[in-house]
Amino acid sequence: MIRDITIGQYYPVDSPIHRLDPRVKLSATMLYLVSLFVFSGYLGYVLAIAFVAVCVKLSRVPFRYIVRGLKPVLMLLIITLLFNIFLTKQGTELASFWIFHIYDEGLITAALMGLRLVLLVIGSSLMTFTTTPNQLTDGLEKGLRGLKVIHVPVHEIAMMMSIALRFIPILVEETDKIMKAQQARGADFESGKLLQRVKALIPLLVPLIVSAFRRASDLAMAMEARCYHGGEGRTKMKPLHYKKLDYVGYLVLAGYLGLVIGSSFVPFLK
Amino acid sequence: MDAQRRNLKECMVLDHVNYVYGAGTAYEKHALQDINLVLGKNEFIGLIGHTGSGKSTLIQHLNGLLQPTSGHIYYKGNDIGAKEFNKKELRSHVGLVFQYPEHQLFETTVVKDVAFGPKNMGLPQLEVDMRVFAALKEVGISEELYDASPFELSGGQKRRVAIAGVLAMRPEFLILDEPTAGLDPRGRDEILDRIAEIHAEGNRTVILVSHSMEDVAKYATRLIVMNKGNVFADGSPREVFELYRELEEIGLAAPQVTYLSERLREAGVALAQNATTLAEARELLLADWKGGSR
Ligand SMILES: Nc1ncnc2c1ncn2[C@@H]1O[C@H](COP(=O)(O)OP(=O)(O)OP(=O)(O)O)[C@@H](O)[C@H]1O
Ligand SMILES: [Mg+2]
Repeated sequence: MIRDITIGQYYPVDSPIHRLDPRVKLSATMLYLVSLFVFSGYLGYVLAIAFVAVCVKLSRVPFRYIVRGLKPVLMLLIITLLFNIFLTKQGTELASFWIFHIYDEGLITAALMGLRLVLLVIGSSLMTFTTTPNQLTDGLEKGLRGLKVIHVPVHEIAMMMSIALRFIPILVEETDKIMKAQQARGADFESGKLLQRVKALIPLLVPLIVSAFRRASDLAMAMEARCYHGGEGRTKMKPLHYKKLDYVGYLVLAGYLGLVIGSSFVPFLK
Repeated sequence: MDAQRRNLKECMVLDHVNYVYGAGTAYEKHALQDINLVLGKNEFIGLIGHTGSGKSTLIQHLNGLLQPTSGHIYYKGNDIGAKEFNKKELRSHVGLVFQYPEHQLFETTVVKDVAFGPKNMGLPQLEVDMRVFAALKEVGISEELYDASPFELSGGQKRRVAIAGVLAMRPEFLILDEPTAGLDPRGRDEILDRIAEIHAEGNRTVILVSHSMEDVAKYATRLIVMNKGNVFADGSPREVFELYRELEEIGLAAPQVTYLSERLREAGVALAQNATTLAEARELLLADWKGGSR
């Protein structure tokens, strides 16, 4: 149930993708997400699917596990599909009732849009499945350190992000615990009318928020006790260095991008 | 054994219960392995085990919060995994106090928070109020605090309020997961004494999960020892603590006085048996002394 939220969680296995430098994975994810929205034509979809499929296969994260990560965005997905189906007014009309009209173009746009969303979620969750929050922070910090020149607090941003990521599983676990504790006192989260259900959330949300604040202040205290004082003068125990695998990674990424851009110029597949 | 003679219609029966966390993922964990137990009426059971041995997982099965991956659990002869079985009602008969229960407080006043359970049972307001006051009295919360916000209380007081929240449901099985974790010795003794009193009133089974051998030896009439998802030992405190060498191997130990009496016997003091509590040691020593001086 609540534990199905797998976004942002690390999946501990050993694979070439896990071993890649986080900077490679960060740039790959960014570029992949951008590529999803720039290409046009069916060949682009084929390439995007193939690329992510190969990465998933290489990462050794079970496909089932990744699909479970889609559940939380299911609602968004459905809404997007419905909007596209009912609001597109091009092509030939297939069916109509009351004020709704369904056109063939609408169906196609909806399907492609849904596909893009799914790829987007899979692509970005693959990164968090294969990269620990620590690696992610290091990668982000080092990859963006150029921005320090224009006074962007790179270290602080990276630290906040990694803490936020680290807190997702903790809060999920906490939610599960509190839910169980309240169910043990007869709380019912699953049935009733809408208003009742919203009311039923109070015994869950209040302790959850209280505990989030408690944890945040504990963490701040612990960081201070260990002399954390921001990024100034901080060195790494395991500094990031590119290895051979990482250059291969960049090459593959470049190849993918080349193909995607190239595919946009293939006219007959539009 | 005694268990067979007990009326199973009054017991909680666990039949070949297995539980696996995260089946099919890298996090897979076989947390309970073929557990068979009969938890009888009026027993005071101490559930002990090294951290991660499956104690919390086990007790969450008893009120249907977790469903066994395989196996069955029967409450008074009914399979609680059955579709038509009313879980909500079960939870009013099997009260479960979680580890650090004070983290689940949410209401604006102490009284309202304790009333949450009985209200969910659908009891009339008068009955709810009566139970709330009785429960708060039982755990020793004084009347000035009834209208205080639960978040203003001290740690020990919060813990008591949370326990009262389950007591107010008047469960026949009262299960407490380390109710004394993080309390000072005085607070610990007070809470345990209250629980013992509640048990002494009769008609209640108490299951106390604890890391303290002294505590379970003092209060429990039966000990169940868990190790790596299995029941390692099950018997009276004396029987279980006789196995102290085996217990040490799985990261547990017998109470200090058991070791002391063992040493005394080695040194030639003719104690009749090893003691498990201080009071018992005192009696044994006095008996020996009287016998010897005669
Ligand atoms: N929600 C969960 N998801 C996955 N694994 C879990 C979960 N809860 C517990 N486990 C695992 O199951 C095993 C048993 O855990 P459990 O909490 O029952 O132990 P315990 O005996 O209560 O320990 P403690 O004395 O520390 O409270 C542990 O190895 C733990 O890592
Ligand atoms: Mg536990």
